[in-house]
Amino acid sequence: MMDRELKNLEFQSRIDRDEKIEAKDWMPEEYRKTLIRQIGQHAHSEIVGMLPEGNWITRAPSLRRKAILLSKVQDEAGHGLYLYSAAETLGIERDTMIEELHSGKAKYSSIFNYPTISWADMGAIGWLVDGAAIVNQVALCRTSYGPYSRSMVKICKEESFHQRQGFEIMLQLCKGSSEQKAMAQDALNRWWWPSLMMFGPSDKDSPNTAQSMAWRVKRFTNDELRQKFVDMTVPQAEILGITIPDEKLKWNDEKGQYDFGEINWEEFYSVVKGNGPCNKQRIHARKKAHEEGQWVRDAALAHAEKRSKKIA
Amino acid sequence: MKNWPLYEVFIRSKNGLDHKHVGSLHASDPQMAIENARDVYSRRMEGVSIWVVESIHITASDPKETSAFFEPAEDKVYRHPTFYNLPDELEHM
Ligand SMILES: [Fe+2]
Ligand SMILES: [Fe+2]
Repeated sequence: MMDRELKNLEFQSRIDRDEKIEAKDWMPEEYRKTLIRQIGQHAHSEIVGMLPEGNWITRAPSLRRKAILLSKVQDEAGHGLYLYSAAETLGIERDTMIEELHSGKAKYSSIFNYPTISWADMGAIGWLVDGAAIVNQVALCRTSYGPYSRSMVKICKEESFHQRQGFEIMLQLCKGSSEQKAMAQDALNRWWWPSLMMFGPSDKDSPNTAQSMAWRVKRFTNDELRQKFVDMTVPQAEILGITIPDEKLKWNDEKGQYDFGEINWEEFYSVVKGNGPCNKQRIHARKKAHEEGQWVRDAALAHAEKRSKKIA
Repeated sequence: MKNWPLYEVFIRSKNGLDHKHVGSLHASDPQMAIENARDVYSRRMEGVSIWVVESIHITASDPKETSAFFEPAEDKVYRHPTFYNLPDELEHM
């Protein structure tokens, strides 16, 4: 008992000195669990996040756009891999994580449960969804767990083109015909609020935040990151000449930041619980891909076995 | 020595950074490899953590195939942020 308390104290003082915790270091069981959950969710989000955009690869309006979108979706697969590997350093197996995603035990970002119904959605996703992800991920580059922090650094480098290609799509639509501009506005209308929800529940409803901040797993609270995103994004919408769908959005001179309206938390919790427009579809698609890929995994193993016999 | 396997040595120079390959050495077992790596490769506090792995366990890309092997990434300039021409007044992107 004493020993445990001492270890905890020592661990916390390492954190307070801003030291990184590495895979083989001693860590409290709760710290390990928190990270496995958070990194796992993050990995699942990258993987499920390929689906809404994958929907438009074959229908991209030009070869240039198609190559870019394909490349972006490929990057997201890579991000999923970096993150699964980071989680595996904590002692959880990849298969377990994938089972938990498929059974609904593990969550992923609720944003990916919304449908992508027009080409402009590819613009809005790159601009807003990747934009929000970047705000979150830049902050996580300084997270206390070394393998997680290093994957974030790598991911952030790769993300920057994601947001720019999205903004470029929006810009082109906004400079186009009135129908095209209306498409861009419609996409903004549908993606704005779900993007704000990406930062999670508000601080007052987020009981785990305090511990995560003390462990420096998180470096900023959900509301702080959300505010940062709003402040960055409003001027970008002005460049596009489209309107953010929030009547309460207003610059607050005193605070030096934007005030904005209340998120529809009922919608947020309902989508998290599985009742969003595409939750079932997304999990179904993941399971189907996994099951239909079984023969490929079997064949790879059989091939490896054959080859090792040949060498021996 | 003849029957001692070769080990590749990786050192984490500072807390929070990746392990980097620094060289190799022969040793009778992994423990000896770690201790010798400490003595050979970190005499001046070059590291806070050492990994060793038997060289035979490393599979490397074929140097003769380098250009063909890495060719797929060559023509994909759009993977870089500078490929996109965006207005100068755009900030934080
Ligand atoms: Fe990503
Ligand atoms: Fe991305």
